[in-house]
Amino acid sequence: MQTANLLPLVLVLTLVAYGLAYMRSRAVAAPLGGIRNLKALPFYYAARAALWCAIPALIVLAVWSGFEGKVIQSIVIASLPQDTWPDSPGQASLILSQISNVAAGNLNPDFVPDHIAGAASLLETTESRSENFKAILVVLIAVLGATFAWTRVAPHINARKNVETTLRRIFFVCAALAVLTTAGIVFSVILETLRFFDRVPITEFLFSTSWSPQTALRADQVGSEGAFGVIPLFTGTLLISAIALLVAVPVGLLSAIYLSEYASKRMRSTIKPILELLAGIPTVVYGFFAALTVAPFIRDLAEMVGLEASSQSALAAGLVMGIMIVPFVSSLSDDVINAVPQNMRDGSLALGATQSETMKKVIFPAALPGIIGGILLAASRAIGETMIVVMAAGLAANLTANPLESVTTVTVQIATLLVGDQEFDSAKTLSAFALGMLLFIVTLLLNVVALKIVRKYREQYD
Amino acid sequence: MTDQRSQAEIVRNSLKRRYRKERRFRLYGLLAISIALASLFTLFADIINKGHTGFIKTTITLDVTLDSGMMYLDDPTDEDQRSMADFMAPIIASLQEHFPTADSASDRRALGSLLGTYAASEVRDLLIDNPDLLNTTQTIELPAHDRVSVYVKHADNPRYTIKLSEQQQRWVDELVEKGVIDTSFNDVLFSRGDSREPANAGVLGAIVGSLLTMLVTLIISFPVGIAAAVYLEEFAPQNKITDFIEVNINNLAAVPSIIFGLLGLAVFIGLFGMPRSVPVVGGLVLALMTLPTIIISSRAAIKSVPPSIREAAEGVGASKMQVVLHHVIPLAMPGMLTGSIIGMAQALGETAPLLLIGMVAFIVDIPDGFFSSATVLPVQIYLWASSSEQGFVELASAGIMVLLTFMMSMNALAIWLRKRLERRW
Repeated sequence: MQTANLLPLVLVLTLVAYGLAYMRSRAVAAPLGGIRNLKALPFYYAARAALWCAIPALIVLAVWSGFEGKVIQSIVIASLPQDTWPDSPGQASLILSQISNVAAGNLNPDFVPDHIAGAASLLETTESRSENFKAILVVLIAVLGATFAWTRVAPHINARKNVETTLRRIFFVCAALAVLTTAGIVFSVILETLRFFDRVPITEFLFSTSWSPQTALRADQVGSEGAFGVIPLFTGTLLISAIALLVAVPVGLLSAIYLSEYASKRMRSTIKPILELLAGIPTVVYGFFAALTVAPFIRDLAEMVGLEASSQSALAAGLVMGIMIVPFVSSLSDDVINAVPQNMRDGSLALGATQSETMKKVIFPAALPGIIGGILLAASRAIGETMIVVMAAGLAANLTANPLESVTTVTVQIATLLVGDQEFDSAKTLSAFALGMLLFIVTLLLNVVALKIVRKYREQYD
Repeated sequence: MTDQRSQAEIVRNSLKRRYRKERRFRLYGLLAISIALASLFTLFADIINKGHTGFIKTTITLDVTLDSGMMYLDDPTDEDQRSMADFMAPIIASLQEHFPTADSASDRRALGSLLGTYAASEVRDLLIDNPDLLNTTQTIELPAHDRVSVYVKHADNPRYTIKLSEQQQRWVDELVEKGVIDTSFNDVLFSRGDSREPANAGVLGAIVGSLLTMLVTLIISFPVGIAAAVYLEEFAPQNKITDFIEVNINNLAAVPSIIFGLLGLAVFIGLFGMPRSVPVVGGLVLALMTLPTIIISSRAAIKSVPPSIREAAEGVGASKMQVVLHHVIPLAMPGMLTGSIIGMAQALGETAPLLLIGMVAFIVDIPDGFFSSATVLPVQIYLWASSSEQGFVELASAGIMVLLTFMMSMNALAIWLRKRLERRW
């Protein structure tokens, strides 16, 4: 039975358990003189039965479905004759896909070696057996759990306490999922990165100045080693992010200042949501705009003044990315500017300073830590942004500071290295994880520092 | 005394300069706002300008005589015959009736290339559905070739290159005048999946894929997010574990989305062996990505429920869990819903992590389940935007308009919910 069918089945069983336990609790209570003689309301007995029925069954179902595929694969591989055992993961996945193609009927069993055909039929029987076992086990556990809860419907047992403790634990697990996600990110990235550093020394990765992983496709090629120096990617990322910040910081900051200090209430309440709209636009739309409108425009403009610009210039990607993070900078600076106590403002104005002098000499210095925190957050956004650069920046890793040339970024390389079919153990694929790790560390550091600054600053005035 | 006066003098003299500075500063602020607004306006104008033609299709309506001899087809129900038959021949013949002079082989080819690649399959499908139509004359609306479409829609737009020969251009002009070539609302866009040919490509597959993915995201992230928020606000003890969880949530909210793609690739596909490019995996990845957003906004909503309500409930004997389930969550629900809808709108526009888990495949069929290969709307836009064929650019912008419509209605729903249901205490 399929997992998709098992889920509703477990749900039905849970409802049945709920209903039966509810009725039983009332039946138990009736001779005693009504439900007020029970330790808990019938609802809690019923809910406990439902929880007992659903939770163990669902856990078993999830674990089984999660590892079923891998276990079956290793059983099938182990059944192959010794001399045909795959000696690399790549070969293993090739053989497995052949076997599963035969099993699915896409490939005629007569056309493949005998051991493959045998493995295919083994795969088929193991799969159906696994499905059956899974279904039986899950239903059995659900029924057992419900029966256990059913026997424990008794007037002296406080079911409410059990239900509440269980719910609390479930809530805790949900909250802890964030930790699990972080752990998942860290481990998945670190494992692959370590495998990558087995092939490419970490010093080469960090300090070499050339990046061309695509040449590592074939072993017999000239330069088949590929070059995995991250420096050109990093400078490219920094160049584009710097352009973005050069746009976003002045525009965002000045509009935040204007809106918080000068604008009338009506203007503020109309302009602010419109600016926020910029933050809600999907990045793929910005990418489209950068690649198909801004980039050609910049190229034509550069040609007019006699400069040569690439059609995938860093400038186009940076400008559009800057527009994207304007609302980010402006709303963060708006918050910190508004957090500066009003009496500082009043004091400065009372001494005869103009509004702009108050802003520049009193409020801005007071708000500066918060603003810097906001800018760091915006920088981490810019560094991690993917779609705009995938669509508008180039693929060639040029080590240049010229914004009219094409550069590539860390995120672009991750995306291009991992899109499409890839084998999990080539240096080329693994390098993407190493880049991901680098990106994760850099953005994490920026965020931690930024949040610290923002928090510290807030405490000053609260 | 003289000293004081001179100071006042200095201040008075500097006033003009200081007021000028004040005005300049104000002007900078206004300039910044207008730059931001102008970029937004340009962005929208550019997309509408590029994309409005994507909602228009170019068709060629012909009276086609479905002659069995011309098609080498006696029985449309016979599959072997169908695979050998020439469905293009009667179409070209009927086009030739408009241009009797064009009868050389090369002319016939040139005429045939005015029609889209799928014109022949339209005729075939018509005959499969109604075999009796063989040897009758039918008025059939056929898709025009992309080049014709570009010529009809964008003849005076310098961004497009016309790829029709001089003669073909004259033919098309004449056919447009006769009303044979016509433009109408592009219903194909909303009724088909992706295609190699712009005239035959639609966003329906991507919309369905997006819906399935969002459904998975919603089912996971909404309950989990609310439960986590409730735990952190109502039950969590003040200790290191709680702090650690909070730090984790705040950091996850700022992790670049592509990193979540790496997680999905390594864990869901690599470790658990889930298939590539299916809505389930996409939905799981996006759920993990939107969880922090939902948790943070739900916590704010829970915080805004006044303590007096909790105290009153506790005063009449409710347990902590009863207070939360019966009072806090229902009262915080509007705020939680608003936050979740905004989180979902973000997830709907997300592209990067889905690229890594294989949702960029070229998929023609409309996905029919959580485990069938699918793509989503933003990825479809990305695919079309990076295609070299001219017709796909306008489809990409049309797709953007569809995507933005979806997102804006979600956001409008969130605002409406907030206005409608939120209570001020």
